[in-house]
Amino acid sequence: MNPVNYLYLAALLFTIGASGVLIRRNAIVVFMCVELMLNACNLALVAFSRMHGNLDGQIIAFFTMVVAAAEVVVGLAIIVSLFRSRHSASVDDASLMKL
Amino acid sequence: MTQLAAYSTSTGEAVQFWVLGTVAVIGALCTVFMKRAVHSALCLAGTMIILAVFYLANGAYFLGIVQIVVYTGAIMMLFLFVVMLVGVTAADSLKETIKGQRWLALLCGLGFGILLIAGIGNASLTQFDGLAQANAGGNVEGLAQLLFTKYVFAFELTGALLITASVGAMVLTHRERTERAKTQRELAEQRVREGKHLPPLPAPGVYARHNAVDIAGLLPDGTPSELTVNRTLRERGQIRDVSAEALKDLKALEQRSEARLERTRSGEASK
Repeated sequence: MNPVNYLYLAALLFTIGASGVLIRRNAIVVFMCVELMLNACNLALVAFSRMHGNLDGQIIAFFTMVVAAAEVVVGLAIIVSLFRSRHSASVDDASLMKL
Repeated sequence: MTQLAAYSTSTGEAVQFWVLGTVAVIGALCTVFMKRAVHSALCLAGTMIILAVFYLANGAYFLGIVQIVVYTGAIMMLFLFVVMLVGVTAADSLKETIKGQRWLALLCGLGFGILLIAGIGNASLTQFDGLAQANAGGNVEGLAQLLFTKYVFAFELTGALLITASVGAMVLTHRERTERAKTQRELAEQRVREGKHLPPLPAPGVYARHNAVDIAGLLPDGTPSELTVNRTLRERGQIRDVSAEALKDLKALEQRSEARLERTRSGEASK
């Protein structure tokens, strides 16, 4: 098997995640799709790291994970506070910054 | 042999890729298309575990373990907590605000995917070194060496980022109480003033055999009363309705009694 296949899989997962962000309305599911896209990027970075025989790609994937963790914490806090003020987790309802 | 291994992977890895890759794509599709957020979260967790296996197969041992511990262990559990907090009323609305948006989005996704995959297909990815040399001193040691020399500034910045994120989360979810909490007496007085439900709410359940909390009690005319069921169950739409069943039982009882009467009547006729 050619290791380029990992890149094709990563592209496929990224595309599925991107379509999910466009299709779904529930803010939590949209957020999960963003996570899926980040993970697909990580897979591509790890595959590149193996192709080029150095560990830089893995380091960048590691940083992506840290940033994703921070992003999830803030994003979920925003979803919870939006839900408190609007009683809905739909992205359509949150079209205004104010109440 | 090593020359051969440098340009393609082993058969075992190929089998693993095709089997687990299929499952990963199915999990990703389920994440997008499952109706309930909990199911989406579980499918995503499965996909992430499979990605962790791929990291391990690609020689990224540290990242594989971190993927399981941080992603599936911490981030997905955080998602599940928020789904539990928010998900009671968070049913996805099926009404489209922009006409044909779903199909346009699918079309955009398809086009983007074709572009991406065609791009990878056209790239000249002939170089394949493998990580044998880079991982010679151990994967974790190699990563640490890079992290604390070449990338040390970025690493310190991630510390600042994590602190900011945790403070931000606390600030966003913290809610200051702006007014005094009402006492029990004030609540009782308010209830009398509103005059809607002076006595406690009626209990759920019908007769002795249907006393579960998710079954609405029946009013004298046989219609179920939503008031008797917990608000959370009402919002989730998890109320079981037994009014139709009760009416059906009654009808069956009448028929049975009629049949029995007929039998006794026919018995009398034969005498």
